[in-house]
Amino acid sequence: MVHDRNMPTNPDSGMASRDRESQADLLLRVELESNPEALCLVRAMVERATEVLQFPESESRAVVRSVDEALTNVIRHAYKGRAGHTIEVTCRRLRHVDNGASVVGIEIVLEDAGEPFEPEKLQGRSLDELRPGGLGLHFIRQSMDKVEFRREKGKNQLRLVKYLAPVAPVKSPQGE
Amino acid sequence: MQIAARELQGSTILDLSGDIDLSHSPEMRKALLVQIKEKRIPKLFLNLKNVRYIDSSGIASLVEGLKASRDQGSRLILFGLNTTVREVMQLSRLQKIFEIYEDEEQALAS
Repeated sequence: MVHDRNMPTNPDSGMASRDRESQADLLLRVELESNPEALCLVRAMVERATEVLQFPESESRAVVRSVDEALTNVIRHAYKGRAGHTIEVTCRRLRHVDNGASVVGIEIVLEDAGEPFEPEKLQGRSLDELRPGGLGLHFIRQSMDKVEFRREKGKNQLRLVKYLAPVAPVKSPQGE
Repeated sequence: MQIAARELQGSTILDLSGDIDLSHSPEMRKALLVQIKEKRIPKLFLNLKNVRYIDSSGIASLVEGLKASRDQGSRLILFGLNTTVREVMQLSRLQKIFEIYEDEEQALAS
């Protein structure tokens, strides 16, 4: 299941098959337990990773918020609030060239061996109704450029991607 | 996260600090509901000035507090929201549902 916001570029075509021209560099891979106390540590790591990639503060907050909400969902729904289960977080830098402009993005993949996600719950809920709960997925969809869910070999995979605005190529001054 | 309560002219101010995420939102929810349902405080102020981060579970607790205060005919008033907290309120489309003030002075004058 794929959610793809309107993008200025056309880079990644799927979790298993990134665009051939897209380059992915591993930034970090960590394994954590399904314990809510781990959330603040992951937020700090992801925030630092976005700083390394020179994301503006607002975009950095969007990525951090999305990863936090996604992990919260894994703990609450996939592992039913039970501590001691494994969640793997992998973070990569994506790079490709689009119409001569360099595009950089961040990819975060969460993998867990919990209960399969329920597709009907992935649609989120209407915000017109004042009630607690059901906002996490809405935050993720509002904040990320790509949100992809996959169940493979007994594991849930969630792939989140956020791109920086493309950097135009530097043109040589006329006459040179 | 830390919660400290102050009494002021029949109202209560809860000073919250730190991160309100899945590990701490139950504590905040409990603190809100004690003030609203058990102590029946007519005006409950939440000082969010030192809250660095709030997630959807924290927002859910605030919504629960708001609904409880409406049921009681009391008021739940927020102030001191930083950019991170404001963004989350906007994403939830709750910035106009809650009573939100810039700072304590404005909130108390409301």
